[in-house]
Amino acid sequence: MPDLRELYQEVILEHSKAPRNYRELATANHRAEGYNPLCGDHFTVYLDLEGDSIRDVSFQGSGCAISKASASLMTQSVKGKTTAQAARLFDQFHKLVTGQSPANGNRAELGKLAVFSGVSEFPVRVKCATLAWHTLHASLEGKQGTVSTE
Amino acid sequence: MTTAAERLPREFRPADVRDAGAEIDVQKVRRDFPILRQRVHGRALVYLDNAATSQKPQVVIDAIRRYYERDNANIHRGVHFLSEHATEEYEGARRKVQSFFNAADASEIIFVRGATEAINLVAQTYGRTNVHAGDEVLITAMEHHSNIVPWQILCEEKGARLRVAPISDTGELLLEDFEKLLGPRTKIVAVTQVSNALGTITPVQRIIEIAHRGNIPVLVDGAQAVPHLKVDVQALGCDFYVFSGHKVYGPTGIGVLYGKSALLDAMPPYQGGGDMISSVTFEKTIYNKLPYKFEAGTPHVAGAIGLGAAIEYVNGFGMDNIAAYEHELLAYATEAVSAIPGIRLIGTAKEKAGVLSFLLDSIHPHDIGTILDQEGIAIRTGHHCAQPVMQRFGIAATARASFALYNTREEVDALVEGIQKVREVFA
Repeated sequence: MPDLRELYQEVILEHSKAPRNYRELATANHRAEGYNPLCGDHFTVYLDLEGDSIRDVSFQGSGCAISKASASLMTQSVKGKTTAQAARLFDQFHKLVTGQSPANGNRAELGKLAVFSGVSEFPVRVKCATLAWHTLHASLEGKQGTVSTE
Repeated sequence: MTTAAERLPREFRPADVRDAGAEIDVQKVRRDFPILRQRVHGRALVYLDNAATSQKPQVVIDAIRRYYERDNANIHRGVHFLSEHATEEYEGARRKVQSFFNAADASEIIFVRGATEAINLVAQTYGRTNVHAGDEVLITAMEHHSNIVPWQILCEEKGARLRVAPISDTGELLLEDFEKLLGPRTKIVAVTQVSNALGTITPVQRIIEIAHRGNIPVLVDGAQAVPHLKVDVQALGCDFYVFSGHKVYGPTGIGVLYGKSALLDAMPPYQGGGDMISSVTFEKTIYNKLPYKFEAGTPHVAGAIGLGAAIEYVNGFGMDNIAAYEHELLAYATEAVSAIPGIRLIGTAKEKAGVLSFLLDSIHPHDIGTILDQEGIAIRTGHHCAQPVMQRFGIAATARASFALYNTREEVDALVEGIQKVREVFA
């Protein structure tokens, strides 16, 4: 039986209550919106890109504890990284929350993001955890419009 | 619906008023539903998502199984024994629906996939014939998407205008505003009888009276009403009434459109195909009579038979008794859930049925749903296919517990305990 405490870890609850980098970014030169039509979660991700380096990143929006904490921790994780590093982190994060990242494997690169490992036991919540990441991906690609989880 | 007399404390009730819900032995009812016996995440299943779909009693499951094991054949065309028998069963189900909500004639009962298809049928046939550029369609602010989008499609095609009657902060229709929105350009009114997101029972009788003063036909969306209230389409005087079988203990994929025969007769067909014709040449096709004109193709015979069995099942209790039992259960749940600190109820109309929508502090309903699920409690979270209702209350989503005949006070207590657990996790 999946454990609720595995899903709602202290770090996740704390970030959902007090999200970091939760603001509109005045210096943003990229932005994208992400939307989950099934639950109404909606986020905007702002990016300040210099070449392929993420100089600053922020987000705003509304969603459940998982999606909000994920957005918050994502901004902390990718700030100062290159776009290629961010893409690699998304790939590893995606594997983590979909249960494709073995617990005894190397999760060191994920850092704090490892707190989302419990999501893999709750398949319907994977979209919550990845919404901000999909949105970041869209803003890096410079896609217009809203990305949707559906 | 309970009468005013039934709502009085027992000692004040007239002697001839039965104790509300006394006819329902809920433990006996629960034994009729095999799915309720299972455990979920190690807990007894507490199924409180009945507004999405209800569970099926053994008699419905058996009816479908018996049809496929013994009676399966195509209907209305075979001369052989099985075809005749299947036709009898299918038409028997139609008569059960007819008497269930007191339609004047069985030919006024059209079998469709569900309430959604029924509304689309009316919009695309009655609507396309009678709604023109500059005309108006009037709905309310508490409709399900299925009673919004078909009319939007129609209005867009015709250059007509969709008007929306507002609701109050408690989730009640503002009848005076509704009346003001009715005018010479209004060609049809479409209104829910019970709101799926709020539980509000709307004053459909009054709405129909008001609309009929201007000879405007009224479609009633009964998807959430039929499982909970006694419905009499002739007493209501509605022109169209729609519902889905699966919300009233029947199978999915079957639903009903009731229409007054004069209206149905004048409407063009919805879909062309077999069974809806009386003769076909390449030059001209003569359409079949009602109800077959609107039932192109092989229908969901097993579904109709299953729905017939579901109607017999609820008739065995009596809709008045079911309404009384559920009324008490909803009152108990409303009181118990309201008492939890941080709870905000969405939808506090005086007249409600079946639904308790709520928010808890600033905790997202999705998180509430996941935690309750771990306790074996199934509720719905989200916008409930009624995004305009969410916008009206300035929220993105609610958590919704919705009740059926087989739910108990103990299950309400489990819900309350579950919500307390949510509070602990997010403390």
